[in-house]
Amino acid sequence: MSQTFDDISAQLRRRHRRSARLKWISMGALGLAGLFLVLFFADMLSKGLPAFQQAYVQVELEYNEDAQRMGREAMEPEDAKIVSRSFERLIPGMLRDDPDLLGTTETRWVLANGEVDQYLKGHRSKLSETERQAVDEKVENGQVALKFNTTFFSQGDSKMPERAGIMAAAVGTVMTMLVTLAIAFPIGVMTAVYLEEFAPDNRLTQIIEININNLAAIPSILFGLLGLAIFINFFGVPRSSPLVGGMTLALMTLPVIIIATRTALRSVPDSIRHAAFGVGCSRWQVVRDHVLPLAMPGIMTGSIIGLAQAMGETAPLIIVGMVAFIPDVSASFTQAATVLPAQVFTWAGEPEQAFVEKTAGGILVLLAILIFLNATAVILRKKFERRW
Amino acid sequence: MQNDQLLALFSGVLLALGLVAFFMGRAKAARVRADGVAMHAQPDQYAWFTVLSTAGPALLVSALGAFVMLLLGASIPLPYLLAASLIVAAGGLTVGIAQVRPDFHARKAIERVIRWVLVAAALISIFTTFGILFSIVFEALRFFQMHSFWDFVTGTVWNPGASFLAAAGRAEEGASAAQFGSVPLFAGTFMITAIAMLVAIPIGLLAAIYMSEFAPQRVRTLAKPTLEVLAGIPTVVYGFFAAITVAPIIVGVAGFFGLDASFNNAVAPGVVMGIMIIPFISSLSDDVINSVPDSMRQGSLALGMTHGETIRDVVIPAALPGIISASLLAVSRALGETMIVVMAAGMRPNLTANPLEDMTTVTVRIVAALTGDLEFESAETLSAFALGLVLFAVTLTLNLVSVLMIRRFREKYRVNNL
Amino acid sequence: MTSLQTTTPTAAVNPPEPELGQPYVRNENACHDLSIRVRDLSLWYGETQALKSLDIDIFQKNVTALIGPSGCGKSTFLRCLNRMNDLIPGVTIRGLVEMDGRDVNAVKMDEVALRRRVGMVFQKPNPFPKSIYENVAYAPRMHDLVSRKADQDELVEKALRDAGLWEEVKDKLQQPGTSLSGGQQQRLCIARAIAVQPDVILMDEPTSALDPISTATIEDLMDKLKQQFTIITVTHNMQQAARVADYTAFFHLGEIIEYNDTQMMFSSPATKKAEDYITGRYG
Repeated sequence: MSQTFDDISAQLRRRHRRSARLKWISMGALGLAGLFLVLFFADMLSKGLPAFQQAYVQVELEYNEDAQRMGREAMEPEDAKIVSRSFERLIPGMLRDDPDLLGTTETRWVLANGEVDQYLKGHRSKLSETERQAVDEKVENGQVALKFNTTFFSQGDSKMPERAGIMAAAVGTVMTMLVTLAIAFPIGVMTAVYLEEFAPDNRLTQIIEININNLAAIPSILFGLLGLAIFINFFGVPRSSPLVGGMTLALMTLPVIIIATRTALRSVPDSIRHAAFGVGCSRWQVVRDHVLPLAMPGIMTGSIIGLAQAMGETAPLIIVGMVAFIPDVSASFTQAATVLPAQVFTWAGEPEQAFVEKTAGGILVLLAILIFLNATAVILRKKFERRW
Repeated sequence: MQNDQLLALFSGVLLALGLVAFFMGRAKAARVRADGVAMHAQPDQYAWFTVLSTAGPALLVSALGAFVMLLLGASIPLPYLLAASLIVAAGGLTVGIAQVRPDFHARKAIERVIRWVLVAAALISIFTTFGILFSIVFEALRFFQMHSFWDFVTGTVWNPGASFLAAAGRAEEGASAAQFGSVPLFAGTFMITAIAMLVAIPIGLLAAIYMSEFAPQRVRTLAKPTLEVLAGIPTVVYGFFAAITVAPIIVGVAGFFGLDASFNNAVAPGVVMGIMIIPFISSLSDDVINSVPDSMRQGSLALGMTHGETIRDVVIPAALPGIISASLLAVSRALGETMIVVMAAGMRPNLTANPLEDMTTVTVRIVAALTGDLEFESAETLSAFALGLVLFAVTLTLNLVSVLMIRRFREKYRVNNL
Repeated sequence: MTSLQTTTPTAAVNPPEPELGQPYVRNENACHDLSIRVRDLSLWYGETQALKSLDIDIFQKNVTALIGPSGCGKSTFLRCLNRMNDLIPGVTIRGLVEMDGRDVNAVKMDEVALRRRVGMVFQKPNPFPKSIYENVAYAPRMHDLVSRKADQDELVEKALRDAGLWEEVKDKLQQPGTSLSGGQQQRLCIARAIAVQPDVILMDEPTSALDPISTATIEDLMDKLKQQFTIITVTHNMQQAARVADYTAFFHLGEIIEYNDTQMMFSSPATKKAEDYITGRYG
């Protein structure tokens, strides 16, 4: 009455093939996503790693009278063509600070200009043919070389690519994140504690919950509009400052911290609460002394992830004016500052070829920080993960 | 005196008063207890209560004063305000000390205050939403007073060029009147979003299927966090990648087929945005597919279905509400994405169906309107808020629908971890 | 198979020693063509041995009940018969499960083809997230059992009628299968299983999640279905085994302690363990 195994197997052949095809296609999709990731990092590394090296020239400096007014007078004319103008500008100041230098000569390594740097790295360069030959000659004599780029890590922005660095942006990022964390962490944790441990299950609580989920999905640029209209125009917080940027990002990070904290609180079993209630603790004492300490690793993990997210955010900061040209490190929460991603954005808009590698270099630094933060979060979670 | 110094002085005095309150409160409570009277709370709790009653009202008064100044425009001289706060603090201190009595529930009083502080914190998220809503709506209304809502919604020309002249009262000098027809912006936004979804949904969903249905445990534990890296990369980095690396490739490929592509074409930002969104779809879909009860799969396999047929005809349909919900969230994300399009898409509003041409998006125009050296009152600046309002409405709707769908899925299969 | 009611006194007095894996068969006239032959079947979950060298012959067009305390391996054994244990990682199976002259566990055996012939009904009803109609029509259509829409309609109706569900659902075939009550859902799952016309239907505690009335309906159904199918059912409920089964196997700690004609098993079990279990001393 029924078919034999062989009959059925024969009918099944096509269906098995189709099933296997789904497996391979889906595996391919995952592989493709992985490939994107690899290509992306390879591209960033190949573009950005050269930024960590910079061309330097060894020049003879003769500190004469003319150099007090025009720095380039201290150099041979053909040296002056390949030295960064940023260095030339320093010479008069050096002489003013240290009058003893006048009349002496010195041989030292100084920053080459961006075109020499790009030429050495094999990129497009505006150097003329004779200048190229001169540079080639100096390279053979060991007078021009690529060295580790300390400027990139110690200076602020500059219109001269060889002089541009990420320091100002890094300091801006740290200050902005301090503001963000100072606002978002306590409010986020308190909100989560209220919702998880205190709130009655009523309309208001439900509205708050829906609202938090919704806030997490609102486009970041709209937070920028809020920052502009309310913080800057209404409350008069200074534009472009780490304060306004941090406040704006804090509101954006809030839902992340709330959701992470709630998950952490929820994973503390009720038996702990019951035990604490049993020895006569009040609700607040239970939370403060028993639940919060146990949930802390989860809260920290969530906060770090939220912080990493805020650190990479650019769009709302553009709106509140944090994409500014900041050549000097500022140390005030109310002065104009910029942050790493905004610095990347600014450089990406510069027309010179040399800024492409600065941009990618800045990206590599930013990615390294984010990877470090996320790895910390993962390790924290692994280390304190607890099964009840 | 400088305001900063004044504030520092105020904080210092308040802090000192707080310390005084703490020690006086504790000392009095300890004394009462030493007399052998049973008290409702510990001395430390009385101490904290006195601190609260000292600092709380004082801070409230100064905050109130600040708000009155901001909202009503009344100007209260700072020294008077701070002095008033300190007087209130001293009053609070006296009342607090007086309250240190055996029959007073200091702990309960503290906990009542703590509870209200927690409620206030929880309300901040609500204020944020309303803050976004009000700031956008208010400015958008001002925009619609200048330009008709109907033209904004149906107009096909976006040419804000001359609006700054109008704002400066020199409208006649402009060559042409400013036009704010948002259709080309939305067309560009939807084009780029559509391209992103064409990349993200198939790849994300298939990757999720592989991870949850086929992959060995080891691959799974490795692949999921690896994919999440894609979501953790800042959007400004994606924007750079799209503009510098992907766009030239697209132009080259198009040129190979004899097509003319702009360097600001819609494909590059679309594809890169799609890559960014892959983990949103794969991660949520993976969770959803995993929470489809195993009995479903077994039921299908026991009928002699192949693994592939089981996935296609049983698992995916069961997970569909969750998958759609993930996709809606992804669409909402793509619509509001800013940096990738600012850096890689065009600035020119362009109503076209050809993705190889340059086109602009809502978010690009918002950024463009707010970063120039424009007067805040100009129509172009305000148009950013009108665009933001539409963006807010659309993403809010998508999010709510998505939340409702995932909730229905959760109730159907009684899963709690979504 | 009404013959169960007719008693053959000699058998009760002097039961002959049964052969390896065979039950004592009281009624020689009943159908006892072999459906599944199991020899020396052992199964390990990782290091733990769950089944210990089982031997059992299962007859066609009978209801065979597997009873025993929980964790005794009866469900595991059931799932060996259609290789559902393949889905669990770390399972090792040794021994012979033979059906239609073929080793079910052989590498060459296509487990999908096997499951096509050995259907299964689960403990908890698990209708697909599809309409009632589609729940039944889906598998036959995929298996090319029907080609025309009319044939498909007919097959769905027949399966639902056989499952005793037709009258209740014929007006709402397009409603989702999950909209039915628990008992109806379970009958829908039975209809779904019989629609692909298998030889054997495995039932893993099919009534344990149902109310008493639905349970009675399903028991009646099993009695009817054994005209067409070989039914193997796992049950916790000894009364149910006594009511529906022709043969009963008693499992204990991964072994088959006794395999016997149901009436014999319940009236005069051959082993002490089975007797203790049946009389409720443990389990």
